[in-house]
Amino acid sequence: MNANSKSKSDEGWPAIHLGVNGASRSIQVPPMKRLLDVLREDLHLTGTKEGCGEGECGSCSVRVNGELVNSCLVPVLQVEGADIQTVEGLSLDGKLHALQAAFLQQGGAQCGICTPGMLMAAAQLLENTPHPNLAEIREALAGNLCRCTGFMRIFESVVAAANTNAAPAEEPAVKATRHAR
Amino acid sequence: MSTHAKTRIVGAPVPRKEGVDKLTGRACYIDDMGREGMLFGATVRSSIPRGLIRTIAFSPHIDWSEFTVVTAKDIPGENCIQLIVADQPCLADGKVNHCEEPILLIAHPDKHKLREAVSAVAIEYTPLQPVFSIEESERQDVIVWGDDNILKSFLLEKGDVDSAWSSAAHVVEREYRTGAQEHLYIENNGVIAEYSPKSGITVWGSLQCPYYVVKALRGVFGLPEEKVRVIQTETGGAFGGKEDYPSILACHASLLAMKCGHPIKMVYDRIEDLAATTKRHPSRIRHRTALDRNGKLLAMEIQLDTDGGAYATLSSTVLSRATLHSTGPYLCPNVRVRARSWATNLVPYGAFRGFGAPQAVFAMERHMDEIAAILGIDPVELRRRNFLHEGDTNATEQLMHEPVILDRLLDRALVESDYYGRRAQFNRENPSSTVKRGMGIAAFYHGSGFTGSGEVYLNSLAGIDVTPRGQVRVLVSNTEFGQGTNTILTQIAAEALGVDYGDVTMAAPDTGMVPNSGPTVASRTSMIVGRIVERAAVQLVALLRELAGLGASHTREEFFAACGRYRADHGKVESFCRYEAPPGISWDDQKYHGEAYGAYAWAVYVAQVAVDTVTYCAEVEDFWAVQEVGRVLHPVLAAGQIEGGIAQAIGYALYEKVVMKDGRMANNQMTNYIMPTAEDVPPIHVFFEQVPFRYGGFGAKGIGELPHDGPAPAIVNAIRDAIGVGFNFIPLLPEDLYAGLCHNQTVEEPAVQ
Repeated sequence: MNANSKSKSDEGWPAIHLGVNGASRSIQVPPMKRLLDVLREDLHLTGTKEGCGEGECGSCSVRVNGELVNSCLVPVLQVEGADIQTVEGLSLDGKLHALQAAFLQQGGAQCGICTPGMLMAAAQLLENTPHPNLAEIREALAGNLCRCTGFMRIFESVVAAANTNAAPAEEPAVKATRHAR
Repeated sequence: MSTHAKTRIVGAPVPRKEGVDKLTGRACYIDDMGREGMLFGATVRSSIPRGLIRTIAFSPHIDWSEFTVVTAKDIPGENCIQLIVADQPCLADGKVNHCEEPILLIAHPDKHKLREAVSAVAIEYTPLQPVFSIEESERQDVIVWGDDNILKSFLLEKGDVDSAWSSAAHVVEREYRTGAQEHLYIENNGVIAEYSPKSGITVWGSLQCPYYVVKALRGVFGLPEEKVRVIQTETGGAFGGKEDYPSILACHASLLAMKCGHPIKMVYDRIEDLAATTKRHPSRIRHRTALDRNGKLLAMEIQLDTDGGAYATLSSTVLSRATLHSTGPYLCPNVRVRARSWATNLVPYGAFRGFGAPQAVFAMERHMDEIAAILGIDPVELRRRNFLHEGDTNATEQLMHEPVILDRLLDRALVESDYYGRRAQFNRENPSSTVKRGMGIAAFYHGSGFTGSGEVYLNSLAGIDVTPRGQVRVLVSNTEFGQGTNTILTQIAAEALGVDYGDVTMAAPDTGMVPNSGPTVASRTSMIVGRIVERAAVQLVALLRELAGLGASHTREEFFAACGRYRADHGKVESFCRYEAPPGISWDDQKYHGEAYGAYAWAVYVAQVAVDTVTYCAEVEDFWAVQEVGRVLHPVLAAGQIEGGIAQAIGYALYEKVVMKDGRMANNQMTNYIMPTAEDVPPIHVFFEQVPFRYGGFGAKGIGELPHDGPAPAIVNAIRDAIGVGFNFIPLLPEDLYAGLCHNQTVEEPAVQ
């Protein structure tokens, strides 16, 4: 079942159209509903996380028309017609994005809760600055709080990803990593 | 057996076990989950710090028939959260002892209707006088807990302190203070609870210790163990903050679930989590120290007081660890530590990485620099003269029978940081610059695992099984919350079984499936639980050799073939072991005497700090961390633990201030509770010296808490080196630096020429 089921009364709202991870979506929700909640509750994309609800921690970072935004601060009406990329859109065709592969290898993720937002911020940086220096990396990630890593390994992950080919890396030889049930 | 052996998997940087799920957004945290028919729960909390509840009124503007409401009267068992002392109610009944104390619970299908309903419950109180500080509590004018406000006290004595003062060349006396600190895990506390009369309670949640939650639920509901099941979901950071608090939240959600007959989700938002859940204990620590003319320690008298908050929770064990770490890694023949934890009308303080040690180490390591300044000795040299060595005894008269390599750690820290070179450079540059730089050092140890006889009482059980489909599972209740439990325990199992890393997985952290291998706290997972898993694996291989024809050396294919033969003849392929204490461990809990910990991790940290005398900002510019944590099981995860701990401790020293106003946290938002960001953390250089510990999992000792102990004193010592003012408290914010510089017109000389 969906994480936080949507309200039954949403059908009366006008449809909002948006592109999410390359697919066209149409939703009927209150226009002031947070983009974060639309992604998580209506589109079932729970990779985007809420950490603070006030735009401080960056855990809910997604890319809207090539810009990094805190989805907890964006009413969904503002993204009518926009193209949105979430962490689920980084890894396509079952292959890890270069950033994901680098984070895995360099220890850029620990508890993982800031990781989706951190990846989106890093992806935004690398798109505009393919070979950033350390100061540029620090500045680009300053809006994304990580309480586990002390950031060192995140910086190294971004450097490593920048140094790999633009082609997506192969998914490494770790298969299903969920707990055995 | 295996601590020095060449290994294939232990020590290798294998990918984090659950890493791909976390990187793709597939990992399932509590707020990503739901249950059919689920409602949402919320908490009505006390708005005053102490008082009697007179009336509870429900506003007529809300249709309460849509809501489920739970009060203390709905509790079927004991209204008490079972932990150490049974003093904390699950829901306040008639009186409140701190702000944000839970009083009522409500549930509704639409979570957006909860906030309005919570504020539509009007509670009237008869206020009682509250106590907000150690000073107010120790005056004992107002008694808010027990007979004397003392949640716990300890007395530790070695030698004869009283006769040491008269013969001392120097006596140095100082007081040190540390503030509260918020964990700020990025995922707030949250659970989902389900109840049915037939199967009892099931709780899913973001938590560290599933069996602690089982114990609390059994007490509140009066249910047998088989009717309570707790499952940890992917957990987005914890740091001790999800050691005890989830027990309360699980009981709340379960009470609502029982009353309304639907599954209940309760996930706090940041504001509620910051205001209502635990933080690190504030402390006040007084040192009186006698030294001979060469700076050798003769006697240490330490009075250590912590603010425990309104209920006992974990204050006794935090105080214990503070007591046992208060004398640092030094040899001193005469020691007396009096420690007390005081009750106040504040949200109960709780476990946080280091668990009392960061407070004690701050005081001890700041004190060493104060002593060095007074005696005119280099702070490095003062420490070196007093270091513990193998064969010495520490404050509890525990014999250091394992190697102690503090000198090696210190030497390496000095070389890697170019400590003397940089100090000389800053001494040259500082006079002509508004930015003053300095170098600070801290030496410390951290005991691994539960204190004293704690591990024996825990009697942890862990195991391994092999499924018919050829999957090896590690069976433990120890949880992953970022620190790497899944990875290191599967590494250990794979190594000891002679199979591949990919062959081994973790069984679900579900108390219906895994044995109680103890809580995931106290830096015990690698050393204690890792060792039990290693032994269970070795035992399984021996069994397969004896009963299933496995050869003296084997390939993974031969291992799984032997498992198949064993299963055909004997049934389940599984192996369990219990904790076994290393030989020679004895601990007197009354006298606080003996082997306090099975092993210690050791460290020397160096901080380079710049103080801008125009803006009064202090910035850590560079950081070197040299430590001995036994064998390093995973180089990337281990370095990540050290770096992350140091970053948190930089926040503890320079940024993170819990502002209390009338008993409530005034800055309970990420906007104004400030943690270090990517732009604030300096380069952190991490070095390990490896001395395998023969009773730890593949030679490991504890690592998780150590890095939070030393940075704060190293940073404040560096500030002293930079500007000549020794600050005796943290957090040290720009306004504190400003005040300190203004009030220290007679600036003392830096500690060393």
